[in-house]
Amino acid sequence: MSKKYHVTTTVNGDEYEFLCEAQQTLLDILRDELMLSGTKDGCGTGDCGACTVMLDGTMVCSCLVLAVETEGSRIETIEGMAKGENLHPLQRIFLELNGLQCGICTPGILIAAKALLERNPDPTETEIRYWLAGNLCRCTGYDKIIRSVQAAAKEMRGA
Amino acid sequence: MTATILEKSGFNRDKKLKIVGTSPVKHDGIDKVTGRAKFGADLFLPGMLVGKILRSPHPHAIIRSIDTAAAERLPGVKAVVTRDDFPEIKAGTAGGDMTRNAMAREKALYDGHPVAAVAATSESIAKQALKLIKVDYQVLPHVIDAVEAMTPGAPILHPHVRTKGVKGADQPSNVIERLDLAMGDVEKGFAEADVIVEREYDTKPMHQGYIEPQGCVATAAEDGQIELWCSTQAPWVYRDRLTEILKIEQAKIRVTQSEMGGGFGGKTGFYGEPVAILLARKAKRPVKLTLTRNEVFRATGPVSGTRSRIKMGVKKDGTITAAEAELIFQTGAFTGSMFSNAPQAMFTRYNLKNVKTVSYEVVSNRPKVNSFRAPCVPQVVFGVEGVVDELARKIGMDPIDLRLKNAATEGYKTIYGETFGPIGFVETLQAAKKSDHYNSPVPKGQGRGVAAGFWFNRGGETAGTLNIATDGSVTLILGTSDVAGSRIAISMMAAEELGIPVDKVRAIMADTHSLGFNRVTAGSRTTYSTGMVIVDSARKAITELCKRAGQIWGVPEEGVTFEDGFCRPASSNVGTFEPLSIAQIAAKTTPTHGAIAGHSEMNVTGAGPGFGLHIVDVAVDRETGRVDVTRYTVVEDAGKAIHPLQVEGQYQGGAVQGIGWALNEEYYYGDDGRMQNASFLDYRMPVASDVPMIGTEIVEVPNPRHPYGLRGVGEVPVVPTMAAIANAIGAAIGIRPQSLPMSPPKLLKLMDDARAKSGGHAPSA
Amino acid sequence: MEGVRYEVPETLQAAVALLAGATGDARVLAGGTDVIVQMETDLIEPTLLVDVKKIKELRQIASENGGFRIGAAVPGMAIVNHAALCQAWPGVVDGVKLIGSIQIKGRASIGGNLCNASPAADSVPALIAAGAIVRIIGPNGVREVPVETVPVGPGKTSLAKGEIVVSFLLPPRPPHSSDAYQRFTPRTEMDIAVVGVGISLTLDDGGTCTAARVALGAVAPTVLLVKDAADALIGTRLDEAALDRLAKAASAACRPIDDKRGTKEFRIKIAGVLAKRTAQQALERARQSR
Repeated sequence: MSKKYHVTTTVNGDEYEFLCEAQQTLLDILRDELMLSGTKDGCGTGDCGACTVMLDGTMVCSCLVLAVETEGSRIETIEGMAKGENLHPLQRIFLELNGLQCGICTPGILIAAKALLERNPDPTETEIRYWLAGNLCRCTGYDKIIRSVQAAAKEMRGA
Repeated sequence: MTATILEKSGFNRDKKLKIVGTSPVKHDGIDKVTGRAKFGADLFLPGMLVGKILRSPHPHAIIRSIDTAAAERLPGVKAVVTRDDFPEIKAGTAGGDMTRNAMAREKALYDGHPVAAVAATSESIAKQALKLIKVDYQVLPHVIDAVEAMTPGAPILHPHVRTKGVKGADQPSNVIERLDLAMGDVEKGFAEADVIVEREYDTKPMHQGYIEPQGCVATAAEDGQIELWCSTQAPWVYRDRLTEILKIEQAKIRVTQSEMGGGFGGKTGFYGEPVAILLARKAKRPVKLTLTRNEVFRATGPVSGTRSRIKMGVKKDGTITAAEAELIFQTGAFTGSMFSNAPQAMFTRYNLKNVKTVSYEVVSNRPKVNSFRAPCVPQVVFGVEGVVDELARKIGMDPIDLRLKNAATEGYKTIYGETFGPIGFVETLQAAKKSDHYNSPVPKGQGRGVAAGFWFNRGGETAGTLNIATDGSVTLILGTSDVAGSRIAISMMAAEELGIPVDKVRAIMADTHSLGFNRVTAGSRTTYSTGMVIVDSARKAITELCKRAGQIWGVPEEGVTFEDGFCRPASSNVGTFEPLSIAQIAAKTTPTHGAIAGHSEMNVTGAGPGFGLHIVDVAVDRETGRVDVTRYTVVEDAGKAIHPLQVEGQYQGGAVQGIGWALNEEYYYGDDGRMQNASFLDYRMPVASDVPMIGTEIVEVPNPRHPYGLRGVGEVPVVPTMAAIANAIGAAIGIRPQSLPMSPPKLLKLMDDARAKSGGHAPSA
Repeated sequence: MEGVRYEVPETLQAAVALLAGATGDARVLAGGTDVIVQMETDLIEPTLLVDVKKIKELRQIASENGGFRIGAAVPGMAIVNHAALCQAWPGVVDGVKLIGSIQIKGRASIGGNLCNASPAADSVPALIAAGAIVRIIGPNGVREVPVETVPVGPGKTSLAKGEIVVSFLLPPRPPHSSDAYQRFTPRTEMDIAVVGVGISLTLDDGGTCTAARVALGAVAPTVLLVKDAADALIGTRLDEAALDRLAKAASAACRPIDDKRGTKEFRIKIAGVLAKRTAQQALERARQSR
């Protein structure tokens, strides 16, 4: 039996405790232990961004963070984006402008877009594209994703 | 009673539509933006085990023996499966191929071919167990390239194969089939031509690149009942094929489709699913089996690579007189490339009379191919549209005008025997010619290209149900998967038929117990076929509603009409009655007469073909060969855009997939016969910063066989893309590439070779 | 992988002791964006992971004697967002900016980028061109060496067992100095460099180049510091002729391989093209700097 580590961490404001092996990633634990399957596994090597979460305020690929490294950390996933029944403007506008098709990349893209708008409330099209370069989408061709982010930015600025 | 088409589609160009043609938020969207939507890997069952597959590291090898004893003994391992657990099926039959692709029997035929599998209590134990399985391989010489596989002396994959379509083929071969398809007299046609162009092209295999790897969960009960949850475009096809190779009855297996994170044709056939089922049976516990990205590249169903020779002739007045093609398709380790699409579709948008094609399907030691959008067609249109462009240049005609001159119209009899009904190719070309993009000046230093495409659009076996609840809201059971928002489009058509708000309609995607056979969700057939079936179901429900209204009023059925969500007396002669809403009728009559529903099974036909014209501007870095797509417009006929935002999304997604295919996506193989770039790092799909906004123009030339006039739009958007980009590159640098992908080293070499030849001057086209 | 051990020491001494005393494959875990990928794809099977992110010397950026000391485990985004670093060493920052995605840069460090020793590492050419000095601590104490002495081959460093890279020192900048890093990739982002060029230069008051360092990545088993290329620039105003000589020297220095990312001949050509473009960018920046 492999050595297991006991980790306490906070996800979307809730404290969680779990046991894990050292090589298990945060992605593995979020999905298989904590049953938070909104964060997706597209490649396991940090190349697609489907597993994007916020870790202590930094945007990361959860497939490249070991679960043991998250002791005492503050994690935010897609499950924490809406507040009760209120969707975040990004979520609502993605729906309105058809910024998603199959939806597998959407959680990662929403987390990434939210992180962008918190740092840069008025990004240019180029800035949005480069910020999202680590989030692959195969269905939309990115067009409506970018437009959704632009529209959400505008609304959030109160413009 | 089955029918192939609604006897009266009821299509009415002038009918004012309330819902069809708008873009409401799709109902399944909310789960997708909150992370709640459940994809293939998102099911968690008590006692669930992790399944993992051991794969051949050799591209071609005899499997002499497999020793699983040590793996079985490892604590935490609950089942081990090998070829011995699969029923024996004769090689060379369809079932024989299928079972051998699921797990190798006599030979491993590609690097990544499944050889054994384990189910264990954790991923780390499963991985350890795989390492303990001892496989004795006798490594054989391998062949990767299709043309090499055709040459005498090449290693033979299947000793039983004799080439179909070739008289006297009595030797084992890697050529599965030769297909001849022709019409008219090409010799006469070429003799009439003033200009003839003949070129050779090659395209490398690539992958659909869906972001969600295959994932499934299988459970097996003691009485043999199987439950399979999986990400698929084809639940009934999976069910039927699983029952064929595992020798179970169809009713004993229920396939439930998860949300699907992209398929594009790559999830029309199973990979890990039969293995998961056998593991679950042996372990007597549920087994989840998901593929890693590396496994997806090496061992699912990539997209055919091709070689082609294309020759076309034109008269000075622009009439294309003849077209000829010789095509080779690489199908991987087993037949199944759907290569016959290519000769049927490649020239079919032009009203040609003289066409001759010869196509070959060839096996080699690579994973068996699967469909991509418009299987086998974009690869050869890459060449056709280059030749068409060259013909236009040589006779001094505008490239869209040449296509207009030869555009097929209603009444054209195609090479595959169908006669076109009303089609929109001319209208699409005219719209492109008038477009803002085409009429704006080409930015300095850039090049502009256009290319046209066609896809049959399919119909096929489809079933569906519409149920009316007692409060008048409606639920739909759909047999197709939702690859791009078909659920909402079909809900909109149901709402339009019933005269109720679309918010009162909710649709689910059925499992295989809930409906009869539904064909794959592919071929751009879904919104058309399932829409047709649901409209039929709605109309049947309306008939029942009218019958019941008649009973309530005490008047004959014929005295009742339905309009805008209400049953009304057909005329004042019938009587004066307050209109009855669906909700009122349902509430009043369900307790006495049962629920109101409509149901339909059809083998849908009458799908209208789709046409597109793409316009692209590119900038080419002359010193590095890097291509920047600066502007892109898709002009395509949708018949009727049920949900315009979704239709735009299809156009844009197809265009960007084509950009990747055109510029960077390919399979690299080493001399060892192993794929070298089996990751998203080195299999280079476009990222957000690689592409511009994609302009779209929806042309609407309705298909009157469908109640709402729609045509499928899923596949056409990727058909002309690589050709349009290549034509644009040709305009920019003076040389039109003939090899995909058009990656920087290849373009730089093209430019440098041309510069050297012409003594340092930039060549003209 | 049986029983990988994970330790998170809080001091340099503790980290060194763990690594020096390890049996089996022990790895430093900073950002993890190389180590975890290699574990996931079964390229490495470490028995011990030493997480160094709690050691303060590895996580700070500080001014030092007019230069900057950057901790080896500082995440890329912290470097990218550091205004003073961006001002003084835009080329070094350019290199860091090109490491993967924003998500990768949220974790990846220049210590990891250096010690992973990929010939194509994006932060290394600019660091070499900058003349960075790395501080290394080990069982035998502390040593300071030029950054280019650390990688010795693909995946191999000159570090002895138990040694850790602690920090990078960027020297103070003379006036009219700046740097640049450019790379060639088929896509705009997310690719491994096919060729990378880092150039740092100093001009005199009249605009003539008085010092230069040119480093080439992805064209040899390690990043090359090319003296001939630098000499082509020194004493010139980076006119066309000088840039041509630079390009030729860069191409001549390449010893590349054919692989799925580029052919030999492509890399040799591009090295020359990029060297020119990078030099021009460094020149523009140097002219504008105080």
